[in-house]
Amino acid sequence: MNPEQVPRELLTPGADGRFGEFGGRFVPETLVPACEELERAFNEAWSDSLFRTELDDLLREYAGRPSILTECHNLGAQLGIRLILKREDLNHTGSHKINSVLGQVLLAKRMGKKRIIAETGAGQHGVASATAAALLGLECKVYMGAVDIERQSLNVFRMKLLGATVEAANSGSRTLKDAVNEAMRDWVASVETSYYCIGSVMGPHPYPFMVRQFQSVIGKEARKQFQEICDGSDPNIVVACVGGGSNAMGIFSGFIDADTRLVGVEPAGGAAVGRGTPGVVHGMKSYLMQDEYGQVQEAHSISAGLDYPGVGPEHSYLASVGRAEYPSVNDQEVIEGFKLLARAEGIIPALECAHAVAWIAKEAPKIQGQTVLMNLSGRGDKDVAQMMTILGDSLS
Amino acid sequence: MKSAQHKPGALETRLRQTRDTGRKILVPYITGGLTGWIDAIRGAAANGADAIEIGIPFSDPVMDGPIIQMASEKALRDGATPISILHELRGVDVSIPLIVMCYYNTVFRAGHTRFANSLREAGVVAAIVPDLPLEESAHWCESADSIGIETVMLAAPTAPDERLPRVVERARGFVYAVGLLGVTGERTELATTAVAMATRLKKITDMPVLVGVGVSNAAQAQQACAVADGVIQGASVVRRLLDEGADSVAQYVGEVRAAIDTPVSTNR
Ligand SMILES: Cc1ncc(COP(=O)(O)O)c(C=O)c1O
Repeated sequence: MNPEQVPRELLTPGADGRFGEFGGRFVPETLVPACEELERAFNEAWSDSLFRTELDDLLREYAGRPSILTECHNLGAQLGIRLILKREDLNHTGSHKINSVLGQVLLAKRMGKKRIIAETGAGQHGVASATAAALLGLECKVYMGAVDIERQSLNVFRMKLLGATVEAANSGSRTLKDAVNEAMRDWVASVETSYYCIGSVMGPHPYPFMVRQFQSVIGKEARKQFQEICDGSDPNIVVACVGGGSNAMGIFSGFIDADTRLVGVEPAGGAAVGRGTPGVVHGMKSYLMQDEYGQVQEAHSISAGLDYPGVGPEHSYLASVGRAEYPSVNDQEVIEGFKLLARAEGIIPALECAHAVAWIAKEAPKIQGQTVLMNLSGRGDKDVAQMMTILGDSLS
Repeated sequence: MKSAQHKPGALETRLRQTRDTGRKILVPYITGGLTGWIDAIRGAAANGADAIEIGIPFSDPVMDGPIIQMASEKALRDGATPISILHELRGVDVSIPLIVMCYYNTVFRAGHTRFANSLREAGVVAAIVPDLPLEESAHWCESADSIGIETVMLAAPTAPDERLPRVVERARGFVYAVGLLGVTGERTELATTAVAMATRLKKITDMPVLVGVGVSNAAQAQQACAVADGVIQGASVVRRLLDEGADSVAQYVGEVRAAIDTPVSTNR
């Protein structure tokens, strides 16, 4: 595609909920009125200054925003680039998930709902949901794949500590995709009293749009902060990891009209954009890893938060028009990336963001002297037990 | 009450005739590709089914509870595909209409026209696509209509009064009244929403109205048929096929038939 023709505008989907050909609302009839009600409620809340003030106050006084930028002088020098991190790992609960959850749970309360349902992969969205539910006095049920319960046991305990109920998803691959199925089944049965708090820019309209709006605070802050430390310029490259794609959309949204390369890094075993084809699951049309008959394939990633065969529809759109690119890295590269940031900068990243680190390290020879802004979407505490098993005695 | 604006297809014509003779309509659901599924279809047809709904298994069935999930996983593990299922269906010599239930990605992946044609070639007359609501259905319905596949629409208890007539308007074959808030699966009692939904729908359409999801045994079928024109029975049928085999399905269909042939009032 001619770079001149690449769209540089953030889309607001219309009534059909589409980003280009992607998105939509492919849900059971039972849920259609609930999605319509949510769309109305969100639009009203988002244009209500009282709601926005209440949310901003929570983000500031509870989540700890704005998150800072940290320049990686050591790693930057080592790689021959200027590397700056947006520190979403420093938010309360340890990741970017809290941005969207505070917005959604406030909205749920405004809509008169009594109960929150959430799905979770790594457990970060589950912990954020349990946290917001505790703060705002709502009941909370989190669905989590049985495989993930095993590898993220620390977060399971945190959710329980916060008063949430954690239910294992035992069907299919027993990971994030199946947790989403279970959450949707619960929602079909409890739609009158429950709010489904989706963990990423995915699902039926208005979720992909709404979650992006809630996460856009990352990009808004980052653009301004970056310009302050870099003499008013924008980064050459913005990098984020992509599971469903919410932390990536959050930071991309601030740079969509900038002269900046947008890079979303997928795991090699869950490369929906990179290796998928258009399909429909979990309420949306988007790129999907599937077989010739449309059966959804199981993703395989070292990181539970990226172990998902689909991707948010706006990423499919950005890829299809050439505005963003979606390379992938394998598990071994991720392990190296994880160690690299820890050793060079004293920052242990979540395994999800170690994907972004891995891509940057690999790409470095081609981007010498460039400025790179990476979204550090979460901290690595939750992954330490898993990495202990993997790295074991190899550390010296 | 509004009469159909469209020309009734094979399924609708047949079900209207059945209803107009005073017979309640019984549609068992069978997951395609399970061991014994073809025998189960024959047995159900011989024991009083008026049509059969065949589920094409999907990896992520969000409208289905544990039993149909388990059946889908098993059929997929055993190698079932939409093509193998439709191929086997061609050899089924029952004289009642065959309906396919499948999730939308199965249709989308094949392509609308290609999929509708493959249904017709297998002798299937209608399709139920539970994750393709009214607002997303136009493209598929256009292909299906032109190829002569009737698209059954679901009407759910959450629909406001304003929405129901629009759903009914787009329905072909019959209107599928979702009996409860929730996914497929057996329940100890018939939800109050089942009869309530049938009542709401009967007020606005003269198309056959069938209640499905959560109609779990002969007694519940009979209760639902006090208002509805018939029932769809899913999990209770599939569980028998999984646990006991095709003969058990045939026997069960016979039991439900007998129950709905006896109106509730004379039975008490
Ligand atoms: C730290 C972190 N980053 C990223 C993700 C992936 O989600 P998304 O792609 O929506 O940002 C997760 C999900 O669990 C996460 O915990």
